[in-house]
Amino acid sequence: MKAIEARSITKKYGDVIAVNEVSLNVEDGGIYGLIGPDGAGKTTLIRILTSLLYPESGSAMVLGLDPVREYKKLRKLIGYMPGKFSLYQDLSVEENLQLFASLHNTTIKENYHLIRDIYSQIEPFRKRKAGALSGGMKQKLALSCAMIHKPEILFLDEPTTGVDPVSRKEFWEMLKNLNEDGLTILVSTPYMDEARQCHTIGLMQHGKIMAVDSPENVTTMFKKDLFEIKGQDKYKLLKSIREYQGTDTVYSFGSSLHYTDRSGDFQPRHLEKYLEKQGIAVVIEKISPTVEDTFMALMR
Amino acid sequence: MRTIRFLIQKEFLQIFRNKSILPIIIVAPVIQLLVLAYAADFEIRNLKIYWNDQDQSTASSRLRDKISSSEYFSLTDVSFEYIDLNEELDKGKTDLILNVPIGFERDYLTSEKSEIQLLVNAIDGIKAGLGSFYLSQVARDFSLEVGGELMAKMPLKKIDLQVIETTYSFWFNPFLNYKTYMVPGILVILVTMIGAFISSMNIVREKELGTIEQLNVTPLKKYQFILGKMIPLWIIGLFEFSLGLLVAKLVFNIPIVGSLLLLYGFTAVYLVMVVGIGMFISTVTETQQQAMFISWFFLVIFILMGGLFTPIENMPPWAQKITLINPVRYFIEVIRLVMLKGSGLQDIGRQIIVVVFYAIIINSLAVWRYRKTT
Repeated sequence: MKAIEARSITKKYGDVIAVNEVSLNVEDGGIYGLIGPDGAGKTTLIRILTSLLYPESGSAMVLGLDPVREYKKLRKLIGYMPGKFSLYQDLSVEENLQLFASLHNTTIKENYHLIRDIYSQIEPFRKRKAGALSGGMKQKLALSCAMIHKPEILFLDEPTTGVDPVSRKEFWEMLKNLNEDGLTILVSTPYMDEARQCHTIGLMQHGKIMAVDSPENVTTMFKKDLFEIKGQDKYKLLKSIREYQGTDTVYSFGSSLHYTDRSGDFQPRHLEKYLEKQGIAVVIEKISPTVEDTFMALMR
Repeated sequence: MRTIRFLIQKEFLQIFRNKSILPIIIVAPVIQLLVLAYAADFEIRNLKIYWNDQDQSTASSRLRDKISSSEYFSLTDVSFEYIDLNEELDKGKTDLILNVPIGFERDYLTSEKSEIQLLVNAIDGIKAGLGSFYLSQVARDFSLEVGGELMAKMPLKKIDLQVIETTYSFWFNPFLNYKTYMVPGILVILVTMIGAFISSMNIVREKELGTIEQLNVTPLKKYQFILGKMIPLWIIGLFEFSLGLLVAKLVFNIPIVGSLLLLYGFTAVYLVMVVGIGMFISTVTETQQQAMFISWFFLVIFILMGGLFTPIENMPPWAQKITLINPVRYFIEVIRLVMLKGSGLQDIGRQIIVVVFYAIIINSLAVWRYRKTT
């Protein structure tokens, strides 16, 4: 069974098409990552699937329910963590959790086992106002509140934006644990490095999903040979290579540059020679493309 | 029920933790009631009079004595020759100029009528109206009393004066204490204002903060949400009213002649309507700023056309028709009727029907407009 099946969903805001004929399948028990830059339409898509927004056209089934017609049933079964922290800042950690538990007709006690791993980390601060928590703790609280009613599917809209690397890693560990217990997860993120944590990723840009595959396979869509160029003075290097006749694309990637050539059989020594003339020594190495390389290529 | 109880509990927790709302609820109405009740004094005293007496006769000096003995007037300037009256008025130091022309006494005794000239500075309409009214009263009294005496001394003229005396008695406010009718009216305005503001800011605040998103995705039902919002605000409104009533009784000693139960009954219904207005505004706006401006727009009209500052009977007919849709007008009527006159249920039936009608309409609109999905 598919946890989510969406067919050509479109949503416009005036003249702007936020989501353009998007179709999407999420397997039951999977982690689906919507990867894309800001403004790609990720939030809109998630809001449609969580029954908060009506699509202009197209249809969706979430857990076999239509978010437009059967939203009442659906809302009992889904957990949603919006991109912006949306809990009550003037209520304490415990009061927030208590409130969302009772809105779902349950109690903290009843479903404590579901959130134990996450909530136990912020429990020492349960009397503290949510507004006074750190970013990472806010996120744990939000996740606890989204999980307290034992949802079957969890929607997370950019949960790790603005969170430090350590908390991000911790957060993904928590998601993986929840997933191992059978929870289906749809998560959006602008960070390519988080894509590897997902079972399936959808690369989204300008309201469209351009590619869907596993993180390992999605890179096979990168058809060209990719080279990594390392050298001193990256800025000068980048400028020189841009002027090189054979250059197809070159962009900076961490401490090195990623390069593709116009021709099919690129000889690294040609480029090396070209750069040597300008007094730049480099190391060129063929590498396999990452998700980010694939995304950049698809975006062009 | 359990859900609604939790929502109410949450609202109160938030209100009690809000450092700006709490003082507004508790301190502001007390201060406003005290300040406004003392400030909104429509009685005119010590009007400044410029006394220009060109006649300098017995009659004119008697008139002058009569005017200066009144507590309403004080003679600030006196002159006895011809002056440019307009210029004096332009200086703005005087409220009224009374000009007694040469031959005032002579005309008075020999012909049927004599004239004095009154110039009124009408920048302040109320002051001008009341001032000229008071002064013509004094002049009338003068012509009856003093005129009679003077004429009695004239043997040639037959004394034939008919004196019609009018006696007053002010019902329901025997000493014509303006506070007795102002304070209940101000109380109505305070309850309306605070009720409407707090409730119009409430839902829209959750929209601004984004917390409504998290509520919307829960199975919370529409009626539960609305009731969870309305009940706390309604309780605050009633608390506000009680606080004001207490101040009215303890500080101003305003009589409460009628049934307190009836008064509270009406207030309870009225507050359902006021909170409904706030909720409706809250559902059609996106930011607290918008909600604030829209609330202001309506409140200013409601308050100024509520009959407290301008009696509704004094308004032009079209304006009187507008006040028919003004809920504040009905509450002011009811509070005065019940508190001061002791009116019963049957006397305020019309007002109750109107307010119940409004409450139903506005709350239906609010429920209809509130959507959990956009």
